[in-house]
Formats: sequence, structure tokens, C-alpha cells
Amino acid sequence: MQERIKQIDFLGLILWVFRTAIIVAMLWGTIATVMDNPYSAKAWTDTIVAGIAQGSLYALIAIGYTLVYGVLFMINFAHGEFFMSGIMTATIFIAQPMSASGYLDRHPIIGLLIIAVVTMLVSIGIAILTERVAYRPLRGAPRLVPLITAIGASFFWQYFFQGLYGSEVKPFPQTDILTGKINIGGVEILKTQVIVIIVTVLMLIGLYFFVVKTKTGKSIRAAAENKDVARLMGIDVDRAITLTFTMGAAMAGIAGVLYALVFRQIHFFMGFFPGIKAFTAAVLGGIGSIPGAALGGLFLGIFESVGPGLFLEGLGVPSPHQLKDVIAFTMLVLVLIFRPQGILGEALAEEKA
Amino acid sequence: MGIILSTKNVTKRFGGLIAVNSFEIDVKENSISSVIGPNGAGKTTFFNCITGFYTPTEGEIIFDENQHIQGLRPDQVTLKGISRTYQNIRLFSKMTAIENILVGQHRHLKTHWVEAIFKTKRFVKEEEEALEEAIRLLNFVGLNGLGDHLAHNLPYGAQRRLEIARALASKPKLLLLDEPTAGMNPNESIELMHFIRQLRDEVGITILLIEHDMKVVMGISEEIWVMDFGQKIAEGTPLEIQRNPKVIEAYLGSGAASGLNLEQGE
Amino acid sequence: MKKTFTTKEIINKGLLAGAVVLSLSVIGFIALLAERELIKGWFSLGHIFLVASPFAFAYVTTRDMEYEGNAKPLQTGFIIGAVASIPLIVLSFLAVAIDIRQFLSNVSPALIELLTFGQTPVLGSILLLLLFGIIGVFAASFNIIPENIRHPLVNALVWTLGIATFSEILLSRVRSLLGRGLVKVIFSGKSLNPIFAIVFFAAVFGFTIWWDKRGDSFKEKLENLAPAKRKQLSQGQSILLMLVILFLPLILGSYLTEVANNVGIYILMGLGLNIVVGFAGLLDLGYVAFFAIGAYVMGVLTSEGALGLDAGFSFWTALPISVIVATLFGIVLGIPVLGMRGDYLAIVTLGFGEIIRVVAVSDLFKDTLGGAQGILQIPKPEFFGIELVQPGELYYVVLAGVLLAVFIATRLRDSRLGRQWMALREDEDVAEAMGMNLVSTKLMAFATGAAFSGLSGAIFASKLTSIFPHSFNLLISINVLSLIIVGGVGSIPGVFVGALVLVGLPELLREFAEYRLLIYGVLLIVMMLVKPEGLLPDQRKKRELKSEAELDWAEK
Repeated sequence: MQERIKQIDFLGLILWVFRTAIIVAMLWGTIATVMDNPYSAKAWTDTIVAGIAQGSLYALIAIGYTLVYGVLFMINFAHGEFFMSGIMTATIFIAQPMSASGYLDRHPIIGLLIIAVVTMLVSIGIAILTERVAYRPLRGAPRLVPLITAIGASFFWQYFFQGLYGSEVKPFPQTDILTGKINIGGVEILKTQVIVIIVTVLMLIGLYFFVVKTKTGKSIRAAAENKDVARLMGIDVDRAITLTFTMGAAMAGIAGVLYALVFRQIHFFMGFFPGIKAFTAAVLGGIGSIPGAALGGLFLGIFESVGPGLFLEGLGVPSPHQLKDVIAFTMLVLVLIFRPQGILGEALAEEKA
Repeated sequence: MGIILSTKNVTKRFGGLIAVNSFEIDVKENSISSVIGPNGAGKTTFFNCITGFYTPTEGEIIFDENQHIQGLRPDQVTLKGISRTYQNIRLFSKMTAIENILVGQHRHLKTHWVEAIFKTKRFVKEEEEALEEAIRLLNFVGLNGLGDHLAHNLPYGAQRRLEIARALASKPKLLLLDEPTAGMNPNESIELMHFIRQLRDEVGITILLIEHDMKVVMGISEEIWVMDFGQKIAEGTPLEIQRNPKVIEAYLGSGAASGLNLEQGE
Repeated sequence: MKKTFTTKEIINKGLLAGAVVLSLSVIGFIALLAERELIKGWFSLGHIFLVASPFAFAYVTTRDMEYEGNAKPLQTGFIIGAVASIPLIVLSFLAVAIDIRQFLSNVSPALIELLTFGQTPVLGSILLLLLFGIIGVFAASFNIIPENIRHPLVNALVWTLGIATFSEILLSRVRSLLGRGLVKVIFSGKSLNPIFAIVFFAAVFGFTIWWDKRGDSFKEKLENLAPAKRKQLSQGQSILLMLVILFLPLILGSYLTEVANNVGIYILMGLGLNIVVGFAGLLDLGYVAFFAIGAYVMGVLTSEGALGLDAGFSFWTALPISVIVATLFGIVLGIPVLGMRGDYLAIVTLGFGEIIRVVAVSDLFKDTLGGAQGILQIPKPEFFGIELVQPGELYYVVLAGVLLAVFIATRLRDSRLGRQWMALREDEDVAEAMGMNLVSTKLMAFATGAAFSGLSGAIFASKLTSIFPHSFNLLISINVLSLIIVGGVGSIPGVFVGALVLVGLPELLREFAEYRLLIYGVLLIVMMLVKPEGLLPDQRKKRELKSEAELDWAEK
């Protein structure tokens, strides 16, 4: 790949100019903002913490992309829908009735745990169903075929759940123990953000050990390495793939609960953009790598949160926060052009002939 | 006879792995010669270096009167007059046989797409001539009447032949064949070998083969280079190669069954 | 492959059929379709979709099944149908017991009434079970009855249901073209008159029987015609087709012409994306970007409102500029993705599309592009001083665009460039090794695709007289992608079929509009699983035999 770019001199030049222009613009904006100093230190801290919390959500969702890509080499476009479906269902059937009956206020921790379990189960169910019906029959098809199917599955689930629960935004009940802020080392942080960060760290550590240490985890890694050889070694590859989807969906389900805690409302379209952003995070960190997904998510979350105020404000862009998504997508484009293997990923050997 | 292709000290490394280690050959014009070696010896990597799929880490590749072609893109190498086939057949599977050959003629077609939109006389004439040439090539490789079939619907042997026809369509001076008999039974292999000789005699081009099955190439090659672990371990006429103890060891050592049949090679 | 099924497997099939119809019910699809009555007083489109799933499962299962005698398949059909009704029966009892709407807002009283035929839950359930069982038997019987009855039966059913489904639109056409008298005979309210339905059914049935018997000799006659006569006939057909296309607005009336115009806008985009995805195999998910650029350039250059450049360009001057700007963007956005393949390309182009939309919505270029409010007061096209306002007039602008695009796409497809694109799609590395320059080949595909899309966007802006950035979202890209996949990737006629099915039909059946994307999703999956080549697959041109035929002719 690198060799290629060296050869295409003219294009290389254009790309180089493109990259340099963006870096210069970022630096320029940053310097101008720092000189101007429009925000207080507290505002910056808040932005960064919000970014970390947002990044944690991206990281959890990105795990699903990375695991599935690692095993099947497909972008599971419908992954954002796994994230949405679980929390939507749990909110309608569990959280709202619990809140209405007052149970959630009396036993908030048990209540939230029940919600989390139901969310994960529904997300996993949807994931397994999707894999079974839409992906499994297409093993070995040209790579674009499963991608198109995945796009189809994504739209199907979005509008299926819209039909099921209606298109309006639904409130997620609040609990007293999670409202307000706590003081950590002199910094006031929202309790929900603390929860998001702690839960994410625990989940990621747990997942990492599961994949690296357990026999089941090893079967997944074997399937990712080489499906045919894994099959010869007596590993049930279909089961390993189902497990991969299960783990990804479980993480997405947890991300859904955390999302609901932070944003306090949910709707059928909520999975789409976080899904694409999380994919960006996965690519950013190096697709196929679990620590990469975590790092990529964190990086993207902070970048997206801090970026508009830091880079764009200084450039004199009006209402820079509208352009948050542009920052995320520009990152995606830049990474894929200049470092497709991501921050932590190994260079994918490109077999030419 | 002049030298049409000469590689000097060609080396290709992938990280710490040396796939091709200062490999040097001189291919005589209008000859049939072969690079042989056990599976995984680095033969295809060497081909990929010549055809521009890889840039050699070191070394020079000189083609047709002192043109350095190392580091050129595949399309540029083709324009110089080198054309190839692939070990695992790589036809444009959802295009017809004729269309495959037409794509192969790319290098010789000149009309601009604007002319195609307005269907100028020049465009129509060029397309007609190209089609005529494609049908001629199709008949030459013995696929008469199969031209309108999609490439992936053709039988295996026909696909091999079609790939050769597509490679010939660019009117190369040098044709590289990557294990042309892979997957064929002995009869088909012999038939193909006859065809390759006929190709050289009638079209008058130079042919360089890669094979891991020694038996196949002994009959038609004028010169043979033997490759093992990326290095040249022997060169010479088929007779010399057959007697070379290093070659026998390389083949027996790697356990390739084909090596056991050396004596029947002729 | 014929199989034998155990009772458990048959019951599982029934439950699966039930799960499908239950899903259709709880998302509100069936209740919505029930508002479209097909045959007055008899049944609605909702009923059709209610029984579609047990019908399909019973039909497919009995088709694949090994059996002796006719009792077994009929029995199987009945079991599948009856079992399929169980989930719905549970649902209707649940709806009586608890307030299910607090969870599932679409489980409406109307749906429950539909499921229980307005009876008490117990009686209604028995009726539903029997109906589904009979449907199962009916479906199974299709595998038993002889072909010479099945074919007319299928034809008669499809045609009757077809005209009944579109009776609302047919009604208005019949009224304005053929007079009120006929309307009363055919229709009753907005649906089909039962007596007419029976007569029509019988007529199609009878005609098909006649055709099956006599049609072969007719076809033979046609084939034995002298070549000159046959040529005349095909010329006649072409002339007729041209006349129909030319006078379509008169036949269709203004509402349907408006639909046709929308279809045309999508055909234009589809033809462009078909070059990028279908010919060159580059999956572009941000295709809407060029549509938006075309529309915005048209808007900015021609708008008479406060925004824009106030350049006061006319439609015809702005049109080529829109196309050129879109083309340039196609190239500029194409350069960074040259080295990317497959799925990465898809995601990056999706990113580009979103970047363009988000920038258009934001305040960044609010003074020229209008931010979230968009651009208003874009004039309609003028033609020699006549402002083209009516759909019937704009039709010709769209038609001209489509014809131009088809012409260019066809010519390019049959040229060296077209073959380069297809080679690129099949195997990029080998294509490069054939001596072609990948950079220019790819950029040509991106540029041509962008040009068509820009043209489409420019016409769209002028037709609508206003543009809003929110309408240029990813869904349009998905829409266009779906239509070329359904039509047949790489097939130019397929684009027309795809656009008619995916854009035209939902506009005629307004109920579908709400579930449009759900249906697209299902279609994408089903097409990939069952018929990846599309409804009207690309036909490779016969070259060898054709030219031999020409040689034969020349020798004579």
C-alpha cells in the first residue's frame, strides 16, 4: 500500500496537501482559541469529562464492530441497531412500568440491574437472529454482499422498532441515586458520567480476559485467525461466530443502558449515528483489536467533544458545535486514507496476486 | 539471440522474511524457459516483482534493450510488453470470454470515451477490428463458439486457455505463465505444453514459465532456473538440471512427490 | 430436492409463519393496509397481508415435500395455517386481558377487530384458525392441481388483486379518460365492485385457458413471419413505445405524472450510481452528496429570494454549471478514496455524504446556502418564454435528462471505458495488469456518476422550487442503492424497474410510505439471499455469434 502511494506521485502530492491543510487548520484554530481563551478551565474540564463518557459509549459499541470484523471481515452495519433494540425494549417493558409502580425508586440498584440484564438479552437475541437469517447463508459470498445485507438489516430493525414502539422520543426514568454530581479530586462530575466510565472499564477488562484466557475466547480467536484450520482443529466455527455476535451485542446492550442513563431519552433512530461513530472508533484504534477499540472510542469521544471549541471556534466558524459530526467523519476519512491499520492495528497483509 | 529480460540481484523482503534472494536470470529472446522450485520457494513473488505487483526491495529488472522496469506499476509494465497469467485463474468472471480478450487489448485501443458517446467512425472501426482480433485469438486458443459464455461458466481447461488468450491480446513480447498446468490431469498438461510450444513457434514471443512440477517443463524448456527458499540453486538445460544433486535434494528434501519422478521427465 | 417433514418440523413452520404475521400485526402494518379495501364489502389489502405468510409457508413446504396421494399435503397445509393463527389468537386474548397499547402502540382496537372479525374473542379465534387453515389448504392445493388449471388461476388472482389494489388510482383515470358511466360498473366506493371482480376474474381465467391452448400456434405464426415483416413489427413496437412515452402525461393525469417525475429523478440518480456501483464495483454510500451539490448550485444561482448569490441565472444556464460542479466534486472526493477497496470505501463515502449535509445544515455558509432553512424561491424552468409549472410540462425536462443519461450510459458501457469499469469490478489487480490506469478509470466512474446525480439534483431543485438540507440525507443514498440492487446491479433497464418498484409503487400505495424503509431493508436482504442478480439482470452483449451472423450475411 505504502509502496503504491509512493508511485502515484501526483496523487500523493494532492493527498499530502490535503492532510497538511487539515493539520494546519487544526493548529491554527487551536492557537487562535488558546490566545482568545473564550472558555474557563471548568468549562474545559466539563467538556473533557463529557468526552470521556461519550468515548466510553463509543468504545463499548466499537467492540462489536471489531469482534465481528475480526472474525468475518464484514462491517456489521446493523450493530447500532443491536444497541438500540435492547434498551428500547427494556425501557418500554421494564423501566417505565417499574418507574410507574415506584419500584425503581425503592430498589434502584436491583431495578437497574434487571433493566441491564433484559437489555443485554434482547440485544443478544436480535443479534443472533440477524446473524442466523441474514448473514450466515452468505458466508463466502463476495465481500460487498454481506455489507449490503447488513445495511438492509439495519434499516429493517430501525423501522421495525419504530413500528413496534412508535416514532416518538421516549423518556427513560431517572433515579435519585444517579442525579447530581459528585466531587472527585476537586472536580465536580455528573454521577451518570462516573457510572459510565466505571462500568465501561469493568466491562472491557472482563471482556479482554474472557477472550484471552478462556477456552471459548480462544476458539473465537482461532476462528478469527483462520476458519478452515480452526474447523480442522475441531472448533465449531459457527458457534464461535454466534458467540462473537453475542459478546458484541452484550456490550452494545450495556452501552444502551448507559446511553439511557446519560441522555435520559431514547428513540428508534438512536443507534444509527453512534453506530457509525463507533465504527469510526474501531477503525481508528485498529479494527480487530479490542484495546484498539477502547482507545479509539476514547480518542474519538474526547476529540469530538473538545474539537469544535478548540479547533473551529478559533477559525471563526459560527456555531461550531453543529459541526461535531464533521470532525468525527473527517477523522474517519483521514485515518482510512493515511493509516488504515489504525493506531494499534497491525498492517493487514495485502495479498496482491 | 539477444536477452529480452534480465534480472540482477532481485531481492524481495517482507519484514524479516526474504522471499526472493538476489535472484538473477537472463531470458533469451524467443525462447521457452522456466523457473522451477518446490511450493513456497518464492517463484510467484519473483513473478510479481517482474510484473509490478511488488516493488523489489533491491535489484534491477531490465527488459527489452535496457529499459529498467523495477518499481513500475503493473499497467506500466504491461505497456512495455510483458503479460502474464495467474496460478489461480483470475479471469473477469462475469464478463464473456470475448470481453475478457477485449479488455486484454486495452493497451492497443486508442479511442477516447467522447468518441464512444458519439460513436465516431474511428471508434466503430476500432471496435470492429478489436472484435475481429478477439475472435481470432479465441479461435487460436481453440475456444471457437464459446466467446459469448461468461468466463466463470467455462470448463477449467478452457478458462486456462482463455487466460492465455487474454494475455496474448496485449501483444506482449514476453509472456509469463504462472503454473499453467495447475489442476490439470496429465493428458491435459501434455496438450497444453504442445500448445505453448506452438504459441512460441507461431506467434514468435518469448515465454517464461513457473512450475513446481518438474516433469511438465522438462519437455519444452530450453533453459531452467531452479529456485529454493528464494535463492537460485541451479541453472542450465533440462538435462543438466536433472543431473544436479542440489536440485534432487531440494525436491526430495521438501518431500514433493514430483521430484521422485525425475527420471521419467523426458 | 424433495424432503420428508416430521410433524414437529411442520408445526415449527407454522409457528414461524405465525411469528411473521404477528410481527406484521404488532408493528401496525396490517391494520394500516386494512384501510385499503380491495373488493367492496369482502376484503382489504390488510387481509391479503394477513394471510400471505401462512400461504407462503404452506405453499413452499408442500412444494418441497415428498408425498403419495393428495391428502398429506392438504393436511400439512391445514396444520401450518392453523398453527400460524395461534400467535395472533394469543395476541387478541392478551389485548382483552391487559392494556397492551401502553407497550405496543400499534396494537389498536381496529387490529383486534380485524383479527377477530368483529366477533367475541372465542368465536373470532375459531374463525381465524379456520380461515388460516383453509388458506393453508388452498396454498397446498396449488401444488396438486394440474398446470392447465393452476396457471389460469394464478393469472386471474394476480390480475384481479392487482387492479383492486390500485383501484383508487385507476378510478380517477377511468373517470377522466372513459367517463363516469364505466366507473359505476367497475368500482364501488373506492374499491372494486364485487360483481365486476367476479366477471373480471372469470374473464382472465377464461382468456388464459384459451391462450394456453391457442397461444403457441400464434407465437409460431409470429416466428415464421418473413424477416422483413418481423422487422416492421418490431419497428412498429418501438414507435408505439415512443408515442406512449411522449404522451404519457396525457394518459396519466397530473397526479400520476408527478409520481412519474419523481421516479424519473430517481432513475437519473440510479443510472449514475449504476455506473459507480454496477459497472465499476465501487460501493458509494454518499451518493446523495452530488445530488445535493447539483440542487444547491441550481438553487444558489437561480434563486430569486434573499439568499443565494442573486446571480439571476436562468435554469438552462445554471443546469450545465450544476452538472460541472457536481462532476468536479465527484473527482475531488474520488481522489482520497482511490486506494480504498470494498467496505472501507463504502464507509468513507458515507462519511463524505454526511459531512456535506452537516455543513449545509450548519451556520457555516448560512449567507449563501441558507443553513437549516434551505433555499426558497427557486424559479421553475422556462422553455422559450413558457414557464414549465405543471407536472405534465416538467415531465419533458425529466424525460430529456433521463434519455440523455441512458444514451450516455449505454454508449459508455459498450465502449472500452465500460469494459475497463467492469474489469475493475471483477478484479482490480488483474485489471491493472492488463495495462489500464486505475486512477483515471476510477475517477471517470466517480465523475460520470456525480454528473448524472448533479443533473438530477438540479432538476429536482427547480421542480420543487425550494431545497432543504435535511432532505439530502443518507436515506436517499440507500434508496438509490436499493433500487439498483433490486433492478439488477449493472443493468440499465434494471434501474427503471427498480425505480418503478421502489419509488413509484410506494407513492401509489401511500400506506406503504410509512414502512418504506422497513420494506427496503427486507428487500435488500431477500435480494442478496435469493436473487443477488436482481429482477432484470444485466445481459452481456452477444458478440462472437452476432458477428458470425453478420459475416454469414455478408457472404450472401
